[in-house]
Amino acid sequence: MNQVMGTQSISFAVPPYILSSGCVAGKKEKEGPLGRLFDKTSEDDLFGENTWEAAEGVMQQMACMLALKKAKEPPEKVRYLFGGDLLRQGIATSKGAKELEIPLFGLFGACSTSGEGLALAAMAVAGGFGDRMLAVTSSHFASAEKEFRFPLDYANQRPLSASWTVTGSGAFLVGNQKSPVRITGVTIGKIVDYGLKDSQNMGACMAPAACDTILRNLEDFGRKEEDYDRIVTGDLGYVGQSILFDLIRKNGRDIKEQHMDCGMLIFDQRTQNTSAGGSGCGCAAVTLAAYILPRLAAGEWKRVLFVPTGALMSTVSYNEGESVPGIAHGIVLESCAG
Amino acid sequence: MIFCRRGKLIERNRRRKGIQMRWKPRDYEQYVKRKTPVRKLFPDMVRAFVTGGIICVAGQGILNYCELQGMDKDEAGSWCSLLLVLASILLTGTGLYARLANWGGAGALVPITGFANSVASPAIEYKKEGHVFGIGCKIFTIAGPVILYGIFTSWLLGLLYWGARTMGWL
Repeated sequence: MNQVMGTQSISFAVPPYILSSGCVAGKKEKEGPLGRLFDKTSEDDLFGENTWEAAEGVMQQMACMLALKKAKEPPEKVRYLFGGDLLRQGIATSKGAKELEIPLFGLFGACSTSGEGLALAAMAVAGGFGDRMLAVTSSHFASAEKEFRFPLDYANQRPLSASWTVTGSGAFLVGNQKSPVRITGVTIGKIVDYGLKDSQNMGACMAPAACDTILRNLEDFGRKEEDYDRIVTGDLGYVGQSILFDLIRKNGRDIKEQHMDCGMLIFDQRTQNTSAGGSGCGCAAVTLAAYILPRLAAGEWKRVLFVPTGALMSTVSYNEGESVPGIAHGIVLESCAG
Repeated sequence: MIFCRRGKLIERNRRRKGIQMRWKPRDYEQYVKRKTPVRKLFPDMVRAFVTGGIICVAGQGILNYCELQGMDKDEAGSWCSLLLVLASILLTGTGLYARLANWGGAGALVPITGFANSVASPAIEYKKEGHVFGIGCKIFTIAGPVILYGIFTSWLLGLLYWGARTMGWL
């Protein structure tokens, strides 16, 4: 049976299910609008470790264990783990996955990693390469600031277009047993680069990629915007969202009714001083686990297009005057409830 | 359509796939600039004035007190700088200076306290990477350029001054 749709998409003949999810978040996220929905939060952003990087690894491990615990599965039952984070050489993932002892694929898709991991996990299950796959991703405000910007205590003023990296990790167990939410299709995005060099305005760098993937998805599946109850982007933030609307409108479509952005959901812009909103791998992952999946499982939404967006930024290429390329992956999630 | 180094290829691909965009990099940059909110200049200036002003008043207070204690101007000036730097480092260590600068902007960055913060904050952050490769290598990641080009500029001016003196212009 032909599962290939259009130029970039896959429609699974036997859709894999999201069996369970686990999410862990930091203190600021706990104080945000989604605070009560997370499985686990910590007052201590170091999670009992000495360094930010180790803390992020611990978060990943906790998220994986939570997802496995909810599905009542031991780590040995998981065939492959697809994991990634924002740090160089994916050190948080290496640390997080170490004790799980699950064969690992290390990924880097910047903030789009949750989509990349879910797509690969779903493809691996649908392809019959295993019954259960785990996808995990994380980001940590302090480790990301250290890697991409300035030391934490350095005195500077954040521009209004800047986003606030979410401290959090989300893990998803994908398998072929029946469960309330399934992944019916994926659209793998390509690099879209409009030549923007402002790393403090990542929403604007990623909006063209999100637009491209959303349009591609609609076209490949022959769907209209209304066919989705929600189209949820990862971390475009307030600036990126308004740009996305313009770009989509220029292409003769309108997603204003359906659109939501994880970066705008996770923090309260007015009281939490987060400028354009949340960002980071963890932003889309924890919002999916804590906010989107429960709604799909309850049947409140029937079909959701989840589009985590990534700004593939590097401090080296930035200093060398290169632009910030964007990428976005589309995951079609459908409710089996009701 | 996208114009980058391989702009033509991408544009052709898009046409083939029926998705059309109408942006050139410069157009997009200008459009983004219009779409992006910026901080309001006047309130920012007022906050910077207040913050910077308070730091300078504190400095003046130290200076006056030292002079009252019978120190000469140079010695009092040294104490003033030392105490301001110490205060800034303590505030950096407790995480208060970053918050102050987020509110006060350039008012907190420009005085000597801002410079002290730019040296102390990497020291705190990179301590975990060791005393040599952490603190040693990275303490001047922010202040380094200021020190290098500050010294270079003073050398250049010294050279000009020396040249002018030699030529008898001064």
